[in-house]
Amino acid sequence: MSTTTTRDLANPASVPAGPAKPRRGLRDSRTLNFWLFIGPFLIGLIVFVYVPIGWSLYLSFFDARFTVTPDKFVGFDNYTYMLTDPKFTGSLVTFTVFAVFIVPATWAVSLGLALLVNQIRFMRAFFRSVFFLPTACSYVAASLIWKMSLFSGVRFGLLNTVLGWFGVDSIAWLASPSPPWYWLVIVTLRLWLQSGFYMILFLAALQNIPGELYEAAAIDGAKRGWQTFRYITLPQLRATSTAVILLLLIAAYQAFDEFYNLLDKTTWGRPPLVELYATALGTSQDYGAGSAGAVILTLLIIVVTLFQGKIMGFGRGDESK
Amino acid sequence: MTTTTPDLNKTAATKARRRRGGGVMGSTGLYIATGVAAFLFLVPFYVLLRNALTTDAAITGPSWEFFPTHVQWGNLKELFDDPQVDFAQSMWNSLIVGVSMTAGILLVCSLAGYALARIPYKHANKIFYVVLGTLMVPTSVTFVPSFVLVSSLGWVDTYRGLIIPGLFSGFTCFLFRQYFLGFPKELEEAARVDGLGYWGSYWRVVVPNSLNFFAAIATITFISAWNAFLWPLVIGQDPGAWTVQVVLSSYMTNQTVVFHTIFMATAISILPLVFVFLFLQRWLVQGIAQTGIKG
Repeated sequence: MSTTTTRDLANPASVPAGPAKPRRGLRDSRTLNFWLFIGPFLIGLIVFVYVPIGWSLYLSFFDARFTVTPDKFVGFDNYTYMLTDPKFTGSLVTFTVFAVFIVPATWAVSLGLALLVNQIRFMRAFFRSVFFLPTACSYVAASLIWKMSLFSGVRFGLLNTVLGWFGVDSIAWLASPSPPWYWLVIVTLRLWLQSGFYMILFLAALQNIPGELYEAAAIDGAKRGWQTFRYITLPQLRATSTAVILLLLIAAYQAFDEFYNLLDKTTWGRPPLVELYATALGTSQDYGAGSAGAVILTLLIIVVTLFQGKIMGFGRGDESK
Repeated sequence: MTTTTPDLNKTAATKARRRRGGGVMGSTGLYIATGVAAFLFLVPFYVLLRNALTTDAAITGPSWEFFPTHVQWGNLKELFDDPQVDFAQSMWNSLIVGVSMTAGILLVCSLAGYALARIPYKHANKIFYVVLGTLMVPTSVTFVPSFVLVSSLGWVDTYRGLIIPGLFSGFTCFLFRQYFLGFPKELEEAARVDGLGYWGSYWRVVVPNSLNFFAAIATITFISAWNAFLWPLVIGQDPGAWTVQVVLSSYMTNQTVVFHTIFMATAISILPLVFVFLFLQRWLVQGIAQTGIKG
């Protein structure tokens, strides 16, 4: 009874004199709402992202074989062990070789597909879908098709069948590191699987190039084809190209699925993540060395990301400065 | 008279085309190149279907059989009846993981992105940096420490272990923040006038008007959750907890190889995503254009 009267009294009064009180109330509700909206995410981020990183830093300074609560401090031993381990440094070499093949190849193929799809008029949606469809495949499914059929080392593999038509002997694609046929298998697989994705990015960029540029070039006497491509299309795609190349580099760095499945039980041709998997979750279960490896790889990728930020001007249009 | 007009038109059209597209020869070349590329891209799908619907004898036979003369739909039954590998269970696991991860990521990351974009708070910048910091470290590189954490929580071989650690994606949160920064303020102000708070206007005004963006993120998230391999491999120690990708991987190392069941399994595992592609391609393309460029 008394509360209703107070409210009735307060209401008309607060309308003219208002600003102080409601604003205070609004500010409280802002803080509360902010935490209500972001709380679950932030807690999860700390527990499942920051805590593991911190724990791994901790483990990397201990002798942590078969345990995650070690008590023997070893300083930088795990780091020196990993960095002098030929298997780990070899995996960085493998990554480098892989990146040298796959990054330019995917860039060229996805750009080429985008140019083709962009120019044709007839059945354009069909062709775009065909090139894009492999993105639906997992690396595991693709590895299975590549290993068990296309590049199967036996006579009935598709590639060996085709070679057989020309009288060439069967090749054991994945069996040995020399000659390194396995690179052909790995590179074609990733090329098939990821080109459609980057083609979409290039298509979007191609459609953003103003048509007037081509008209102006035609008036200036530029020949269609190589000249307009070299002096208009390519420079206009520079931002997208840079982004694509760095995305490809980071994706190659994280390659695991196809190497793990295609080169099962080999000691060669292992990229960093496969090597890390073997160190930490293989028979030795060396979490200390595994964590040190994870820290090293993380530092390397941060350097790449910062480099990327410098090139692309990350956060330039971002008001959060 | 009547014959010359179309002739003139034709020459004009051909001239225009020649000026623009390099003439008939050029466009034929274009279609040949596109056709050859499309053929190469379809070969793996052809091989997959051919092997899934034939017998091992035909697969391993001396001459390449281009298409099975007797289509073996019985391979499907053989796959699901296999007592050694519970394929149906692995499809179910993948479905649960894919759907829960998609729903969970959309919920958690969109709310956080909204807070960062729209709710004024004095420490918001510091919190934004906490989120941005995780963008530099890809989750796949930290799988060793994540596994250590999840195993000490006792979550190995559980749906919790497969799903929850992957929900807190700094990148998706960042994408939502960027999206909400561009969301028209007038709509929210109208909701405010109608007496809705942040929570109410978020659910009644912001989300219903952002369904395109949510659909784009959902499509991408579902595809990557369904296709994920490293984390399910690490967490799934027991075959009952394997997702379909881990089962496919196990086929490749098995001693006994039955080609037609293996390829049938692969075909079935791709099927849900082919549906996603056919029916949601619009959102998928939009999602890639958004996530790819900003990544």
